[in-house]
Amino acid sequence: MQTAVILSDLAALAAAHGGDLLVLALALPALALLPAFALGGRWAGRIALLTLPLGLGVAVAIAAAVQHGGVPIAYHLGGWAPPLGVALRADGLSATLLLTTAVVLCAVGLFARADFKVPAGSRETRSPLVFWTLLLGVWTGLNGVFLGQDLFSLYVALELVSFSAVPLVCLSGRPETLAAALRYLLFALFGAVLFVLAAALFYGTYGTLDIGLLARHLAGADPVPPAVLAAAVLMTLGLLAKTALFPLQVWLPPAHAGAPAAGSAVLSALVVKASFFVILRLWFDCLPAGVTQPAAPVLAGLGVAAILFGGVQALRQVRLKMLVAYSTVAQIGYLFLVFPLALGAAALPAGGAAQAAGALTGGMLQLVSHALAKAAMFMAAGLIAVALGHDRIRELGGSARALPLTVFAFALAGLSLAGLQPSGGYVAKTLLTAAADATGQWWSAFALQVGGVLTGAYLLWVLFNALVGFRAPPTLLKRPRRYQELAVLALALGALVLGLVPASSFELVTVGRGGLVGFP
Amino acid sequence: MSATTIFGVCAAALVGLGLYGLICHRGVLRKIIAFNVMGSGVFLLFGVIARRGGLVVAGAGPTADPVPQAIVITGLVVAFAATVLAVALLLRLAQATGQTTLDTPAPPPAPTGDR
Amino acid sequence: MSMSLGLVADSFLALLILGLAVWTIAVRGTYAAVVGFVAYGLLVALIWVRLAAVDVALTEAALGSGLMGLLLLRAVACLPPDAPAPASGRVGRVALRVVVGVLCAGLTAVLAAVVLQLPEPAPSLAAAAAQALPTTGLGNPVTGVLIAYRAIDTLLEAVVLVLALIGLWSLAADGAWGGRPGALRTREPGAALVLLAQLLPPVGILVGIHLFWTGANHPGGAFQGGAVLAAMWAIVLVAGLAAAPRVDGRRLRLVLVVGPALFFAIGLAGIWWADAFLGYPADWAKPLILVIEAALTLSIAAALGLLLAGPPASEPGPGGQA
Repeated sequence: MQTAVILSDLAALAAAHGGDLLVLALALPALALLPAFALGGRWAGRIALLTLPLGLGVAVAIAAAVQHGGVPIAYHLGGWAPPLGVALRADGLSATLLLTTAVVLCAVGLFARADFKVPAGSRETRSPLVFWTLLLGVWTGLNGVFLGQDLFSLYVALELVSFSAVPLVCLSGRPETLAAALRYLLFALFGAVLFVLAAALFYGTYGTLDIGLLARHLAGADPVPPAVLAAAVLMTLGLLAKTALFPLQVWLPPAHAGAPAAGSAVLSALVVKASFFVILRLWFDCLPAGVTQPAAPVLAGLGVAAILFGGVQALRQVRLKMLVAYSTVAQIGYLFLVFPLALGAAALPAGGAAQAAGALTGGMLQLVSHALAKAAMFMAAGLIAVALGHDRIRELGGSARALPLTVFAFALAGLSLAGLQPSGGYVAKTLLTAAADATGQWWSAFALQVGGVLTGAYLLWVLFNALVGFRAPPTLLKRPRRYQELAVLALALGALVLGLVPASSFELVTVGRGGLVGFP
Repeated sequence: MSATTIFGVCAAALVGLGLYGLICHRGVLRKIIAFNVMGSGVFLLFGVIARRGGLVVAGAGPTADPVPQAIVITGLVVAFAATVLAVALLLRLAQATGQTTLDTPAPPPAPTGDR
Repeated sequence: MSMSLGLVADSFLALLILGLAVWTIAVRGTYAAVVGFVAYGLLVALIWVRLAAVDVALTEAALGSGLMGLLLLRAVACLPPDAPAPASGRVGRVALRVVVGVLCAGLTAVLAAVVLQLPEPAPSLAAAAAQALPTTGLGNPVTGVLIAYRAIDTLLEAVVLVLALIGLWSLAADGAWGGRPGALRTREPGAALVLLAQLLPPVGILVGIHLFWTGANHPGGAFQGGAVLAAMWAIVLVAGLAAAPRVDGRRLRLVLVVGPALFFAIGLAGIWWADAFLGYPADWAKPLILVIEAALTLSIAAALGLLLAGPPASEPGPGGQA
C-alpha cells in the first residue's frame, strides 16, 4: 500500500518535469559519449556502463510520466516553438521504444563487458574504445529518433544511428564483414538522401518540417498536393531501405550476422526499429487517412513476402547467426501488417477505434518482444559460437548439455518469436489476428499463422541439433561467463513475461493516439 | 521563367542522374560519387525553395529563407562525413581483397570464433 | 534587360552543371569521373551565389569541392581498377539499366513537375527568422538558425562528426591503434607543393578565423571557418611539413570534443537561465554564441582534417616520420 502511494507520487513528480526528462534522455548518452571518447582506454567502458542504468532510469521516468499524465509530453528546444524552432515529443509509442531501448542496451552492456575489456598492460585498444563509444552513439541517435518531431532533426538522428551502426558490423575487420558494412552503408545513404528529398518537398509546400504542424496542414488539404504525395512515397521508400523490408533486405543478413554478438543484438533488436518507427510516425501522425488507407495493403503485402522469404531462407541456412539474421528479415514483415489492420479498423463504422488501438498495440508488442527475444538470441548464438569455435547448425550436437543455460535462453526467446503461449509474441499475434478478423483481412491472419509455423520449424531445427546430438558434449574452447548467460536469460524471460502481464499494462502504447490522423 | 525555375529543373535532373549512377554503377567509388551528385541535387532543391521564400526588401539585393540554407549547411557536413566513411571502407576492402565492387554476394562470415 | 541577362547566365550555368554531371556519371574511367565531380562542385558553389546563399556557397566550395576533391583523388589513386564485369548476365545488366534509366527519368519528370507547382507565394520562415533575430544579438539569420532556432541539429551534427571519426578510426589494424593517420602522407612532396604549403596556411588560417568571426553578422560561421582551417591543415600534411597527431593523444581528443561539450554545457545551463535547453538569456546571447562558435570551429576543423587524414596507420619505422 505504502509503495503504491510512493510510486504514484514519483510518477506525478516525473510528469511535472516531463520536458526536462526528454532533454535528459537525449543529452545523457551524448554527454557520456564525449568524455568516454576523450578519456578513452578503460574509461570508455566504465562511463558507458555507468550511464546505462542512469539512462534506464530516465526511460522509466518518461514512461511513468506519459502513463500518469495520459497525454504526450512536448518540449520546445531553446524556447522556440515550431515552425521556426524544433520540438521534442514523447507519446506512448516514443515512451515504449525509449524504455525497450534502454532495457536491451543495459543487457547488451552487461553482456559485452567480457568481450570488450582493455587487456592488461595496454592503455587503450581499438575494439573496446570503438564499441563503447559507438554504443553510446547508437543510443543518442535512437533517443533522438524516438523523440524527434522535426523531419530534418529526425534525419540527423537517423544518420547518428547509421554512422554508429555501420562500424559495429565490421568491428572484427574480417574482409567479408567489410563488404557487408559497405553494402549496409550504401543502402543507408540511399535511404537518407531520399528522406531529405522528401523533407525538402514538405518544406516547399507548407514551410514547416514539424510533424504536428504538417499533420494539421494536411488534415485540411483536399486534394492532397502532388508534392506531398511524391514526398510520402520517397520518404517511405527511403525508410524501407533502412528498415530492410523485402525486397530491400539484401544488406541485412550478412551485416547482422557479421557483427560481434553484442553488436548484432543492437542492430537487429533496435537499429532497424528506428527507421520503422519513423514510418509509423509518418503514416499515423502526419499523412491523412485518404493517402495512407489505400496504400497500406502495399506495405502489408511486402510484409507478407518478407515473412515467407525470411522464414524459408532461415530454414536453408547452415550457420546459426545467419539463421537468426534471416529470422529478423521475417519478423520485420510482421510489423508491416499493422498498417492496413490499424487503418482499416479505424475506418470501421462501430467499435473501430478499439480494434485500431488493438492492432497498434499488437504491432508494438510484436516490436518490443522481438527486440528482447532477438537480442537474447543473437547473444546466445554468439556465446555458442565462441564456446564451440563455430556456429554450424548441424554440428551443434551436445551443446545443450555443455551450455544448458545458453541453449535454454535461446529456446525461451524462440517461444516468443514463434508466437507460442505464454509469451509477448503470442499476445501480439492474438491482438493482430483479432484486428484481421474484424477488418476481414484474412490474408493477414493467414500470414501470421504461416510465419509462426516457419519460425517454429527453424527454431526446432536448431534445438533438435543442439539437444539430440549423438556425440558426447563437445569440448568447449571458452566457457561463457555466468553473467553473460544471465543477461541473455533476462532478455529472453522479459520477452516471455510480456505475455503474462494483464493487457491493461499496454495502455501506455496508446497514449496520444486519440484525435490523431488515422485514428478519428 | 525565373532563376528558381531553371535551377529547380536542374536539381530534379541531378537527382535522377545521381540515382541512376548510384544503382547502375558497379564500382563502389562511382556509386559514392553518384550519391554525392544526387545529394547536391537534393540540396539545390532546398536552395531553390529557400530562394522562392526570400523576403522582398526595398533597396537590398535578392534574399532567401535562411532556414533551408542552414539545413543545407548541416546536410553538406553530414554528407561529407558519410562519404569519408564509405571511401575508407572501400579502401580497406580493396586492401584486404582487391575488390572494388560488391558484385559477389558477401560469403557468410567465417565460422571460427565470434569476435 | 539586366533581368533577362541574368536568366541567360543562369541557364548557361545550369546547362554546364548538367553536362558535367552527365559526364561524371557516364564517363568510363573513375579518375575522369572524380575530376568531373570536382569541377562540378565548384560550379555548384556558383549556383549557390546565384540563389542568394553565400553561406552555403562558402561551405560548398570548401567542403563539397575542396576537401571532397582531395578525398576522392586520393581514393582513386589508391584503388586498383575495377575488375571487368563478368561476360555472363550482360543482357540482364543492360535490361536493368534501361529499367532504372526509365525510372530515374520518371523521377526527374515528377520532381520537376512538382517543383514547378509549389505554392505561390512560397511558404517561408524568412520573416519569422528575421523578426526573432534581435533576441540573439546576431545579424546573420543563417547563423541564427544554426545556433539558436535549430541549435539541436547543429549540436547533433557536431556529435555526428565525432562518431564518423570513431567509425573511420575503427578501420585501423589492431596493431596500428594509437598511431598517426597516414593517408595524407606523401613520399616525395614536390617543391611547388611545399612552397604552397608554406605560403597558403598563414593566409588560410586568417581567412578561417575571419569566417568564424564575421559569421555572427555576415556570411560565414563555424562550419565554413572550420572547413577552411581543415583544408589548410590538410595541405600542410600533404606537403609533409607536419605529421598528423597520434589518435590516442588526450589533447587531440579534447580539441575534438570541446565544441559539442561546451555547446551541451551552455545548452543545459539554458534550462535554468533561459527556461529551455539550448536557450540563451537575453543579455548574454551574443557572447555565449561566440564562445560556442569558437569552440565549434576548433572541433570541426580538427574533425574534418582528421577525417581526411584517414585511419591510424602503422608507422614507417623510427626516423621515417617527416
